[in-house]
Amino acid sequence: MTEPMTDIAAKTTPLVKVENLRKLYPVSKNIFREAHDFVHAVDDINFEIAPGESLGLVGESGCGKSTTGRMLTKLTDATSGQILLDDKGELIDIAHIQRSDMRRFRRRVQMIFQDPFESLNPRRTVYDTVAESLTVQRIGRVQEREERVAELLHRVGLTPPESFLFRYPHELSGGQRQRVAIARALVIDPTFVVADEPTSMLDVSIRISIMDLMLKLADEFNVSYLYITHDLAVARYMCDRIAVMYLGKIVEIAPTEELLANPRHPYTRALLSAVPVPDPAYKRERVDIKGGISKALNPPPVCRFIERCPRATDQCRTSDHPGFDDLGNGHLVACYNL
Amino acid sequence: MADTLTPPTGELENFDPQRVVEEPLWRVRLRLGWRSFRRNWALFNDNKMGVVGLAIIALFGLMALAHPILMATIWSNHLEGGKNVYDIRAGADSIIVTKTIVEEVTDPLTEISQIEAMFLGTGVNIPEIGDTIESPLANPAPPVFSGVKHPHILGTDPFGGDVFSQLLFGARAAFLLGAIAAISSVALATLVGTISAYFGGVIDTLLMRLADLVILIPLLPLLIVVSGFWNVELTMLGILIGILSGLGGTAIILKSQALSVKVKPFIDAARIAGGGHWRIITRHIIPNVLPLSFLYMMFAVTGAIFTEAALSFLGLLNIQQSWGIMINIAHTQGYTLEGFDVWWLMFPAGLAITLFSAGFFLVGRAMDEVVNPRLRKR
Repeated sequence: MTEPMTDIAAKTTPLVKVENLRKLYPVSKNIFREAHDFVHAVDDINFEIAPGESLGLVGESGCGKSTTGRMLTKLTDATSGQILLDDKGELIDIAHIQRSDMRRFRRRVQMIFQDPFESLNPRRTVYDTVAESLTVQRIGRVQEREERVAELLHRVGLTPPESFLFRYPHELSGGQRQRVAIARALVIDPTFVVADEPTSMLDVSIRISIMDLMLKLADEFNVSYLYITHDLAVARYMCDRIAVMYLGKIVEIAPTEELLANPRHPYTRALLSAVPVPDPAYKRERVDIKGGISKALNPPPVCRFIERCPRATDQCRTSDHPGFDDLGNGHLVACYNL
Repeated sequence: MADTLTPPTGELENFDPQRVVEEPLWRVRLRLGWRSFRRNWALFNDNKMGVVGLAIIALFGLMALAHPILMATIWSNHLEGGKNVYDIRAGADSIIVTKTIVEEVTDPLTEISQIEAMFLGTGVNIPEIGDTIESPLANPAPPVFSGVKHPHILGTDPFGGDVFSQLLFGARAAFLLGAIAAISSVALATLVGTISAYFGGVIDTLLMRLADLVILIPLLPLLIVVSGFWNVELTMLGILIGILSGLGGTAIILKSQALSVKVKPFIDAARIAGGGHWRIITRHIIPNVLPLSFLYMMFAVTGAIFTEAALSFLGLLNIQQSWGIMINIAHTQGYTLEGFDVWWLMFPAGLAITLFSAGFFLVGRAMDEVVNPRLRKR
């Protein structure tokens, strides 16, 4: 948030480059019947993340933002498209990764999960959990691993580390657990971390300290985040750029302050107008969007937002989903009526 | 160990990594294991039912241990006809009656010839006609409680064998069978359940249809047929019961537990750490299913003992001695309907089967409360 990261993104090669990524889930498929109905969870999205940059992925529930995160960490296979990861100048395509590249990929990309109560194995100690990737990838000797884990615990603020090393998750609070999860993600020195709403399950009082910790560690470890959230305020605090998703499509992507100051897509405007402002005298600008969230089941080839859009025109009803318009300054919008 | 760790980036104030590695890892694990055992024991101890069950099992454990010790010490020199009276299979004691020595035997139950009496006696003197002499009654003798040559705490069986010795040996057989059946059943069920839950798809379908098939076939009639074809011994019976009960209901229950573990985010986290299928199954899913596995281990013992007793009663097993065989012998020799007159033939063995099963069942129920927090009272 300190400097406009878009300049960096333009200059250097991106760390992660997502091209035409799609994920379709078949409906009612079995051995006797080919599926002909698909839920378009993620439908043809493109974005880039520069080294050290944090991209926020914002959208309502069910819009495909978690699916995107899971595809980037290879927890889910992409239906089509490419995810290119820059590993020291070499590009790895995560979507079609070779078995031999898998281990290298697991060292570069890590994930922080939403629910710290479910993301730690209750039968393993903090040490086991944090050291897992070191153990699996056979990095270092046992004593080195122990030192490394203790060091990470120290850096995520679990001090003194020796009193936390051999505790079980049920002996920790929610914030402490999320710190353990952060230590686990960073212990192997990744370059890219997918954070799937890491603060949404935490008490408001400890949310900010976890976010500050993540920002601090992003600098120290030089990692990029894909920060998935439904909270614009959190995205603003954490991210250099924000991508807004609606029903499997990215509708607008821009540097954080640019997006907040100058939202162009009607959906982004509606989202922003829904953010509460702590000022009783403030008159909010009403953005009328109609109805509830549409279904992503076999969407017709028109703009995904058309059913709820306040300014849909004939062009919107006859043409396919709009491509990105570059408004300059890294601001991309997918809408026919700007 | 090909790689070394990269030196940490960023500064670290007042942190000494050496401080944390003083205690070796295995000792930490031992300490943690002991701690969690103490905590679980406290929960288990809350429930007196489980403690009673454990006491019953301990009693049978002592019985099983006592048999070889008694055979080697107190019972070692009670020989008759070259065989130990207390031997569980060959041992036989006989009733002693007083017979009059006569020249010509007319009633073999009360009279004995001079020549026979000479062999019974210990001295060199030829027994006088008209004297009396103690002589064993021919086998098989009717089961008696007392009045025999050697002491029998619980009397003798229809063949003159010592019931108490057989009872003690039966405990050994029951423990052996129970352990084999329980371990093989639960090991199989845990593996089948977790693999089925983890991989899903075709593997899941195959394993679960197999489980349905095993549930469909009644265990006892199947074992009766099997024992007709093969010579079923105790270990083989244990493994058979283990396979048949492990593939059926227990596998399905453990699969349901594994399914609920499989969808937890920590499984995703393990995959992101780079863990393969085998590591995820053995390090993440099975440890979370294991408490339930132990629970079903207890119930598997009960099932195995009952099955063995039923098969032994029908005389279908090639087993040296067991509680079921004790009842079988009493039954086949026609003492089933004598009831309380020969109580020592049926009741010790029957009670042992009941108590042994009850002990494991009670422990299982108490463990259920430790494993399943919803059942806890506090």
